[in-house]
Amino acid sequence: MEVFVVSLLNGLVYGMLLFMLASGLTLILSMMGVLNFAHASAYMLGAYFAYTISLYVGFWPALIVAPVLCGLVGAAIEMWGLRRVHRHGHIAELLFTFGIALVIEKAVQMTWGLLPVPYRVPELLDFPLFRIYGTQFPAYRAFMLLISALMFGAIWLGLTRTRVGLVIQAALTHPDMASALGHNVPRIFTLVFAAGTALAGLAGVIGGNYQVTEPAMAFTMGPIVFVVVVFGGLGSLTGCFIASILMGLIQTFAVVFDVSLADLLAKFGVTVTASTPFAEILTVTLPRIGALLPFLMMVLILVFRPRGLMGTRDT
Amino acid sequence: MSLLRRNWLWLLALGVLLAFPFLFYDWAKGRHSGFALTLMSEIGVMAIFALSFNMLMGQAGLLSFGHAVLFGLGAYCAAHVVNLVKAGTIWLPTELVPLAGGLGGLFFGFVLGWLATKQRGTAFAMITLGLGELVSAAALMFMGFFGGEGGITIDRVMDTSLLGVRYTSPWQVYCLVLAWAFIAAALMRLQTQTPLGRMANAARDNFERAQFVGYDPRRVRWMQFTLAGFFAGIGGGLYVLIYEIVTFDTVSAAKSANALLAVYIGGAGGFFGPILGTIVVVLLQSGVSLLSNAWLLYVGVLFIVMVMYAPVGLAGLIGLHAPIWRAGRLRDLVLPYLRALPPALMILLGFVLLVELTSFTTIGAAQGKHFAIAGRTIDTTSPLPWGIAVAALGAGALWLRREARAFRLRWDALMEDAKKQAGAS
Repeated sequence: MEVFVVSLLNGLVYGMLLFMLASGLTLILSMMGVLNFAHASAYMLGAYFAYTISLYVGFWPALIVAPVLCGLVGAAIEMWGLRRVHRHGHIAELLFTFGIALVIEKAVQMTWGLLPVPYRVPELLDFPLFRIYGTQFPAYRAFMLLISALMFGAIWLGLTRTRVGLVIQAALTHPDMASALGHNVPRIFTLVFAAGTALAGLAGVIGGNYQVTEPAMAFTMGPIVFVVVVFGGLGSLTGCFIASILMGLIQTFAVVFDVSLADLLAKFGVTVTASTPFAEILTVTLPRIGALLPFLMMVLILVFRPRGLMGTRDT
Repeated sequence: MSLLRRNWLWLLALGVLLAFPFLFYDWAKGRHSGFALTLMSEIGVMAIFALSFNMLMGQAGLLSFGHAVLFGLGAYCAAHVVNLVKAGTIWLPTELVPLAGGLGGLFFGFVLGWLATKQRGTAFAMITLGLGELVSAAALMFMGFFGGEGGITIDRVMDTSLLGVRYTSPWQVYCLVLAWAFIAAALMRLQTQTPLGRMANAARDNFERAQFVGYDPRRVRWMQFTLAGFFAGIGGGLYVLIYEIVTFDTVSAAKSANALLAVYIGGAGGFFGPILGTIVVVLLQSGVSLLSNAWLLYVGVLFIVMVMYAPVGLAGLIGLHAPIWRAGRLRDLVLPYLRALPPALMILLGFVLLVELTSFTTIGAAQGKHFAIAGRTIDTTSPLPWGIAVAALGAGALWLRREARAFRLRWDALMEDAKKQAGAS
């Protein structure tokens, strides 16, 4: 029980972090059709910006400034890069963001060095909030949960209750009609791209000190975010939310249960020895393949249900 | 005779490639330069890999992010076969080891292709991305087949050669690589002419019409994927023979990305684009990485520039000149090109300087290196070099913009002339 509750909380925190990243990507992907490889790079940039800013003026200004900077970077990428590439088709756009991701990774390595930077949790939040069964739950994790929940609410309200949100939804499904009605569709695209990048930056600010701030963080996080978006389904923020939480929980719980297929077979009276065929696959324990499960799920869902959990159209 | 006339370009290329290593031949010691030979062998292997990647991307319009999986698994198969031959379990000539890799690639192409080719477009790209991550993680997990982090090592010197060659020197290996590269390239070239190759094009351009013609686009994709796996596996088999080791990074995402970069920079449209791109990428990788920490940055920027301004790739850019060349007006372009050269060089200089200054202030300093040009150490903290770099970049960009406009006018006029001429004749 103790392990269960602690893992549940940690899984929620990780899942909400994933959701902050994935929600921006879902918006960009479903609206512009651009599978943005540079999205996780914005997450990394957010963490590094926050680190540098917090060296001078502290964590709290960084919480605002770093996402804004990321949003500006995103707007620049969209206006001067993506828009030009747009006419060459979706594959070209995807490749363009792939190139951007490569360049950002190298640029970060060159600016901040190859080693992880000491980006730490602010002192104000660096205390255990409560104890469950003797395990401490840090206040910072509760803060992360709070921020991401606020963000989820803000996006939801913004998209469904404001004028801009309605125009975005219109541009999403009928770009030509929206433009004929006098809305500046390219500007809406820029806005969405910048907002999505800023969200990823915000995730970086609060995730960078929860995990490790290093140049490889974009390439470890990137594929997982894709998994979440694809799994949740295109055009569905709710699906994205469910998928994020699911992935967070799966990854956290997989580390806890030390079982393998061989253990399962043993329950049915089959013993696996070194000479059994596929013994190596059967004896692999769950924690070791924990990181693999999301990819396995992504491949399976794309093969058998390409629109994801709650998607409105195929990927 | 007509066969000779039609294929003179291939023979010429073969002759040049055989003669090329002798440029680096050390006549005093009477032996080849190991570095040059390894580099050229690498180019050969990567060219096969890039061509097989282009069977998917260029021919069938399938963007794969996990093509290295087929390359790497082929390499692992070839390595196990070599070790079995060594142990005397089976018999296989050294020359045919790449074929073993190819069959491994074919098998895995068939199995993984069954999953991946169920979808196309972005979903296909995502499935291959997932498969790539799965296999590269599995490579570290399963010791039996992949050998863990240490990988599988082999000894390529076997007594089973058909030609009686022992493949102890890099030169002999290079000849083998060259032979296989030509066989594989010729086969892939022929494959583009087959009904399958044509249907892959059709399914790429309009998969609904391809269906109406009576073909199942999914089966076309699957067969194309399987065949691409075969050729990637041949590349993997050669890789094992060159390096005598295969590790998990042969199946990694970075390897897949390399093929993608090479194909896109070279040009996915034509058949020879990927070869050109491979040469550029491998030279940048091996040449620049000796001098600079930032080779991947240069490749990345080159890639972005190509995607933005020249999606047809280097080969496509060359191909654009064909009408002017046929009209015999190519020399009219020499002057505009020469005029665009200085600003382009200025931008390049400014950019490289800027990148290197940044790189040396962080990574270089951490490694205890100093930035030196022509023997003089440059102080990376003083504003002067930074100013020069930014000025060169800015001025070059403005200048190039002007020249580009003039170039465009000249180009359009020449194209117009060429069209008229072609219409008249």
